[in-house]
Amino acid sequence: MSHADTIPVRVVAVEQVTPQIKRFTLAPIAGGQLPAFSGGSHIIVVMRGAQRVFRNPYSLMSSPNELDSYQVSVLRVEASRGGSQFMHEQVRVGSELEIAHPVNLFALEKLARKHLLLAGGIGITPFMAQLHDLRLTDVPYELHYATRSPEHGAYCELISQAEPRRSRLYHDSAGKFMDIEGLLSQQLLGTHVYVCGPAGMITRVLDTARALGWPDSHVHYEKFSAPPTGDAFDVYLAKSAVAVHVLPDQSLLEAIEAAGVDAPYLCRGGVCGFCRAEVVAVDGELVHNDHFLSAEEKASGKFIMPCVSRARCSKLVLNL
Amino acid sequence: MNVALKQGEIFRGAFGFRNSAQAIRRFPMPFPEDRYMYSVNIEPHVAGPRGSVTEFPIDVDEHYVNECQERDLVLAEDPLRYQALPHMMSAQWDTLELGMDSLARAYPHSFSLSKHGRAWHWINRPLGLDQHFSFGDPASLPRPPLEYITRQLQGDWVVMDQRDNDLWVEAGMVTGPADWSMDFDLGMSFKEWHGPVPLGHEMGVFDRALKFLLNLRLNEPVRRLNWTMTVNPRLDTSPHNYDRWGPERTSVTAQNVADILHLRVELQGLWRLPRSNGVVFLVRTYMLSLRDLVTIPKWARRVHRVLRDLHPALVDYKGLTRHRPIAVAYLSQFDDGTATTPGTAPE
Repeated sequence: MSHADTIPVRVVAVEQVTPQIKRFTLAPIAGGQLPAFSGGSHIIVVMRGAQRVFRNPYSLMSSPNELDSYQVSVLRVEASRGGSQFMHEQVRVGSELEIAHPVNLFALEKLARKHLLLAGGIGITPFMAQLHDLRLTDVPYELHYATRSPEHGAYCELISQAEPRRSRLYHDSAGKFMDIEGLLSQQLLGTHVYVCGPAGMITRVLDTARALGWPDSHVHYEKFSAPPTGDAFDVYLAKSAVAVHVLPDQSLLEAIEAAGVDAPYLCRGGVCGFCRAEVVAVDGELVHNDHFLSAEEKASGKFIMPCVSRARCSKLVLNL
Repeated sequence: MNVALKQGEIFRGAFGFRNSAQAIRRFPMPFPEDRYMYSVNIEPHVAGPRGSVTEFPIDVDEHYVNECQERDLVLAEDPLRYQALPHMMSAQWDTLELGMDSLARAYPHSFSLSKHGRAWHWINRPLGLDQHFSFGDPASLPRPPLEYITRQLQGDWVVMDQRDNDLWVEAGMVTGPADWSMDFDLGMSFKEWHGPVPLGHEMGVFDRALKFLLNLRLNEPVRRLNWTMTVNPRLDTSPHNYDRWGPERTSVTAQNVADILHLRVELQGLWRLPRSNGVVFLVRTYMLSLRDLVTIPKWARRVHRVLRDLHPALVDYKGLTRHRPIAVAYLSQFDDGTATTPGTAPE
């Protein structure tokens, strides 16, 4: 179940959108159309590097109505473990990659009376696909998009042209900041808020919404954590009877896969809960980096999300 | 299909329904062993052996035309068997595409679909339909997309919206249910919908099933089998017409049990829908009389043992209380006590 059939694609366009962001257009090598999807979906891009295989999630930003190709934007991360660096340095027009079928963990709520979309930086990408879906409905929506400066705003122009009345841009460089409390305190009952952006922004939106009495069911966020780096450690997979060594810049899930063990996963970003593994024993401390386990579950030390979390220990035993 | 489509079968009144020898052998036997209890028996809906009911994602069999006609009869009497809430329109189109794509690919001599952008052309030869329409535009079809396609598909279809970590029953075509009602269940959450099922909640079956389905992926449909028994080959055993089929439960005798009592098996399929992010649930019903069942000696022994030892709560829930002893007595003559081989294949 874990390794879905992937779709071979060819890169048909690469654009440098900002100093740190490139946009890639991917078309199916077999021709025809790619699978239909809903706005907010992401794909896993499989990159086969010389030394290792990277699997990174990227939000689909192209229109769900145009299926000849998909578009994703990749932010070059300074402390990259290799995935975004690989996309920026190795991938060019004509490169061949594999992608998994789209998965939507950030879907628009069909019963919302209004959609309030809050984007920060590269977090704009899932909203760009959702705007195509929203234009086909009668439900009101607003997009608020904050970037460091106009040059760093990947799609400022595109957004303000396409949505002149329903979008608002904020640039740190101009001293303009998104008034999260103001926005969240003025909404009609039945509004759903969606936030995608840097961790600090998401936390502020979630905290503000909770303080203002928003029901959790009306607050949606998407934050793909890149798997943080850390010290190397050793793992023993009890069911498979396989020993695994996790390198400093490798995620636990990647190390398990590299050892030939078929582990479940879906988002690879610590959000969906699909890869949750049972901890049998650990002679140190678990470093939880996911957004799925509750505080109690994290404290219990019984579970770990191998896609983003790791351990500071000499030996971790998992029931895998 | 490599079988002739039957004509003139009736699923009500005087009844007229038979399985061919080939249909008997491909019947989806739901018991892999000699006893039965609930489990989360979900498996990937991948292609099964040639000729089996899982060879293609959506099975079309010899009863196709007659079952579509039966659906039309039920809808003529009770249009509320088809319902769709307004926000389910994109899921309706998703389901239409799933049905048309699947049938056209599996049975190219009977069905064809061509797509040029949004201009689609659908041909259904067994039902004599030829329809040009614009995908996404409800006005271009004679009926709403879900109703249009499900009038051309066997089995009941329920479409669920996914939100707030739950699945909500918000559209469907249900004309042949085993004693449940779309009209009653519309708008329910996953666990409300399954509320009447005994034992399963205590066993945590529905928590696990819901969690699994919330993560159901595109291109990776799943399936499971469920079963009950029905007196007479009646597809429409819904609560709305209990007055018709309820009394028939008392009509089973040692003399007629082989002919009127049917093992009723649901091949349930679940697909993630691409544009709506919804989930569609197919309940495809197959019926087999005990007389036909005992033509397969392994199945006769196995079903005898399953019915004989069934948990009392399940006997009640499946409505078998009155006629189970008669069925067990009939089947016992075909059970010499020899072991059955594992799995469901006829041997």
